[in-house]
Amino acid sequence: MNQNRALETIMPWMVTIGIFVVWEVGCRAFNVPAFILPRPSVFLDVLVQLHGPILQHAEQTLLTTVVGFGFAVVLGVLGGIAIGASPWIYDSAYPLLIGFNSIPKVAVVPVLVIWFGIGVVPAVITAFMISVFPIIVNVATGIATVEPELRDVLRALGASQLQILVKVGLPRSLPLLFASLKIAITLAFIGSVISETVASNAGIGYLMVAASSRFEVPLVFAGLMVVAVMGVVMYAIFAALEQRLTRWAFRGSRAA
Amino acid sequence: MVQSQAAPPGHFVDLRGVSLTYGEGEHETLALEKADLAIAKGEFAAVVGPSGCGKSTLMRLVSGLMPPTTGAVFVAGDRVTRPLSCVGMAFQNPTLLPWRTTLANVMLPLEIVEPHCRTFRRDRRKYTRMAEDLLASVGLAGFGGRFPWQLSGGMQMRASLCRALIHAPELLMLDEPFAALDAFTREELWSVLQAVWMEKRFTVIHVTHDLREAVFLSDTVYVISKRPGRVVGRATIELKRPRTLDDTYGHEFNEYVHDLRRRIGEVRAQ
Repeated sequence: MNQNRALETIMPWMVTIGIFVVWEVGCRAFNVPAFILPRPSVFLDVLVQLHGPILQHAEQTLLTTVVGFGFAVVLGVLGGIAIGASPWIYDSAYPLLIGFNSIPKVAVVPVLVIWFGIGVVPAVITAFMISVFPIIVNVATGIATVEPELRDVLRALGASQLQILVKVGLPRSLPLLFASLKIAITLAFIGSVISETVASNAGIGYLMVAASSRFEVPLVFAGLMVVAVMGVVMYAIFAALEQRLTRWAFRGSRAA
Repeated sequence: MVQSQAAPPGHFVDLRGVSLTYGEGEHETLALEKADLAIAKGEFAAVVGPSGCGKSTLMRLVSGLMPPTTGAVFVAGDRVTRPLSCVGMAFQNPTLLPWRTTLANVMLPLEIVEPHCRTFRRDRRKYTRMAEDLLASVGLAGFGGRFPWQLSGGMQMRASLCRALIHAPELLMLDEPFAALDAFTREELWSVLQAVWMEKRFTVIHVTHDLREAVFLSDTVYVISKRPGRVVGRATIELKRPRTLDDTYGHEFNEYVHDLRRRIGEVRAQ
């Protein structure tokens, strides 16, 4: 058992490192030029040398993402509660919501720029728009699927709709909320980086566009790596929170 | 043994000419038709009938979760117009909350029902003791700290019964509570339920399709016809209490079961 546990922690690292090794060896063997596909050693070198400015841009992107994501969590949970608790709101708001989610967010950025100018605001809004949908849908599902019998038990005790929501609806949608948060945080990064590439003069997205226009492809890849690492770290934070707060939902699995 | 008319009014639970229709227009279904039912305070009443006869509808009507289309429901002398706030309920599915321990599940009604919810925080220790005692009385002493998913189906049902009884309701509604359990566990729980009831003497409406269960547990058995459900018979079970599982193999017990069986056979043939 212990050996398995150790292997489980090592495996993700092994796989990641393995892919980088294959990449490095492949590029060397086929003599791929750096402006087409840079070797990991090249862009990691760039990452180390330019860590000052890269860190600055990363900070900007992280902040933008977290702010947009924060809005998405608050409004997503509230929206999810409203939609899940009321069949009437559910029926009237759902088509609109799906239509809204179908719009490619890249197409909205220019509009946001017209409204708010270039910079942080469009990026925050894009991160918000792209990450709010899964949160709404998951919370609404958790709240709308309270067992009718349980609802009867509580109503026969004189419980109000609010009490049913607080005692049953919210706790039971927690696992669904966390599942959606893990998706939403990675989506939020996509949103902010997209917006930065289109309309910003700071952030990893901007850095990558600027670098690629100068054919500094290794720097572009360094930027990609930074975004990926930030995404993984945020994901891990929410996965850890999920394990702590909703242990009961993982009953029977190896985590329990 | 079986009389066709309901008992006179002035009872704890009183249904007078209650009908319920679902849906509208062509999809209209009559679930319950002119049901008359009178249950005395402290009586253990069973409701039996073929599946789909509106037994569960009856429960929801009595607890005020659903208004009747015609007729009136009276509980404790008052006409029921909105959900009663003093009813304990348990269903075939134990519906315990997986994020709460068994003890916290049992104490859930105390957080909601008046007047306990006002003093719940202050008197937490007293209420915890109450819940532990109740768990012990159904054979779950020491299991309060476990989560429901760590308990067997029978134990979950016991906990569900405790949750229905913790606030000392005057009326307990059971909707096929033991239907999903194996035969041994089920019979064990008959005895547990009987013991708790004999101690506290609340009024029970117990919906079941198990005739032996109905005869074992109840004072009165109501037979409901198939859809649209009508109360077509009432049998008084005069076996002395406490009834034991050995009694269920006796002549007298089986007379009652046969009699009910025959009644339901007639209803189904109609």
